[in-house]
Amino acid sequence: MHGGERVIAFENAAYNYGGGELLSEVSLRLAPGSFHFLTGPSGSGKTTFLKLAYAELLPTAGHVTIFDREVRGLSRDEVARLRRRVGVVHQDVQFLDHLPLAANVQLPLTVSGRKSDARDLGDLLQWVGLAHLSDALPPSLSGGERQRAALARAVIMGPDVILADEPTGNVDWEMSLRLLTLLVELNRMGKTILVATHDLNLIRQAKNQVPARVLRISRRRIQLAGADL
Amino acid sequence: MKLPKPLARAAALLSSDARADRVVPPSGHTAWLTSFTAGAMTFLCVFALALSLASGRLASRWSDALARTATIRLSAPPEQMQAQTEAILALLATTPGVESARALTDEENRALLAPWFGADLPVEELPLPRLIEVTEADPGYDGEGLRQRLAAEAPGAVLDDHTRWRRPLAEAAGRLRLLGWLSIVLIGTAMAAMVTLAANASLAANAQVVRVLRLVGADDHYIARAFVRRFTLRAFAGAGAGALAGLIGIMILPRTDAAGGFLTGLGFSGAGWLLPFLLPPLAGAVAFFATRHAALSKLREFR
Repeated sequence: MHGGERVIAFENAAYNYGGGELLSEVSLRLAPGSFHFLTGPSGSGKTTFLKLAYAELLPTAGHVTIFDREVRGLSRDEVARLRRRVGVVHQDVQFLDHLPLAANVQLPLTVSGRKSDARDLGDLLQWVGLAHLSDALPPSLSGGERQRAALARAVIMGPDVILADEPTGNVDWEMSLRLLTLLVELNRMGKTILVATHDLNLIRQAKNQVPARVLRISRRRIQLAGADL
Repeated sequence: MKLPKPLARAAALLSSDARADRVVPPSGHTAWLTSFTAGAMTFLCVFALALSLASGRLASRWSDALARTATIRLSAPPEQMQAQTEAILALLATTPGVESARALTDEENRALLAPWFGADLPVEELPLPRLIEVTEADPGYDGEGLRQRLAAEAPGAVLDDHTRWRRPLAEAAGRLRLLGWLSIVLIGTAMAAMVTLAANASLAANAQVVRVLRLVGADDHYIARAFVRRFTLRAFAGAGAGALAGLIGIMILPRTDAAGGFLTGLGFSGAGWLLPFLLPPLAGAVAFFATRHAALSKLREFR
């Protein structure tokens, strides 16, 4: 982490889609190296929260800062540079379907003009268990393989933060545990992790491995959940 | 040498980066559409250019002719010819708006008639009218007044201001030249519009690609570069083919001396033949700026 005591901070932040507030008075700080889960029913605003956290959306009220930079003041180029430090994994992972898996995983390096080391890439694909599929095109991958590929893409730049939106939403329990293990390993490497999920079993499993905190979205606000999960 | 910032950005947008190019999938119909449009527009542009240049030459030629002379044709009995000629010359010398006047010599008369009657024509023995060349001053003379004075001095003298009918033709040629240039501008604008539409269609078709690229940290110039370079090169290649086809079309037009007339004089002369070769780079530049503007505008829809 690059100094500072917060990676992402929300201060009385709100978001309004136009039909009423989805999130309201959200205040939260993600400390470097922390592991958080974000839970809440479908439509409660988990994805919106994550989008605010990587500047895909701007708060309609309050403030969101990423690496101590207020997102409203960021230029488009600054947003692009900031995203190189934030790895994002979506539930509906999107790839460039015409490029093979290896090229997709390397994409953050490609767009930032950095050269990739073939051995590092091989190690990364090995780590997520996709080394044998490096030449495969994304449409031929299963849901679990896509999620792991997305995770590899999210970490290849060595980001400070990993934001994952329902990363286990489309995979079976065994694959969920495998993905969780990867996220826990990243956290042990010092990465800040925030995972939006409604899978309470996954949260319980994670809490056995890391001191994860659980945030719950309820009535448009974010609360720290109890320890009874 | 360090380039100015706008030029450096333009160079960066066009610079070859195979990896950057690959992030945008090869697009089907927009590819050939752009090349075809650039080719067709450039083909038309070659003809508009030829028309403009030919009109320009014609307007200059006719304007030059306008600026020269009128002719007085004097028919008189042989024994009075010399006296009436001198009277007319004296009259012209005192006419406002006439810069100079002189009677054509027999040699000059013979040269004028040679194309029709041969060089051995005995002009001295033929009852030919005497021709007096009149050069106008600026402003010119009063034609009607001069005719009346000529009628009084030499009833057989006819003022033939034959150049005056060329004035509207010269003006028409000038307008034609203007229309030619206007056509070139319109063709360029239409090509810019077509390329912009094609670029927008390509960007819209690749919305997922753009979203993924933004998500992984690509800035707008990186994303735009792949599109700009692709469309610029397509337009350049299409325009090259169009210019070549246009030049071939111009070259196979009938030659002026073979067929005569104005339209068959359509074409280029001298260094003018090089002008069509400027059209492909120009088309590339139009495509470059049109695509760049379209791409950077469209990308603002993605956060």
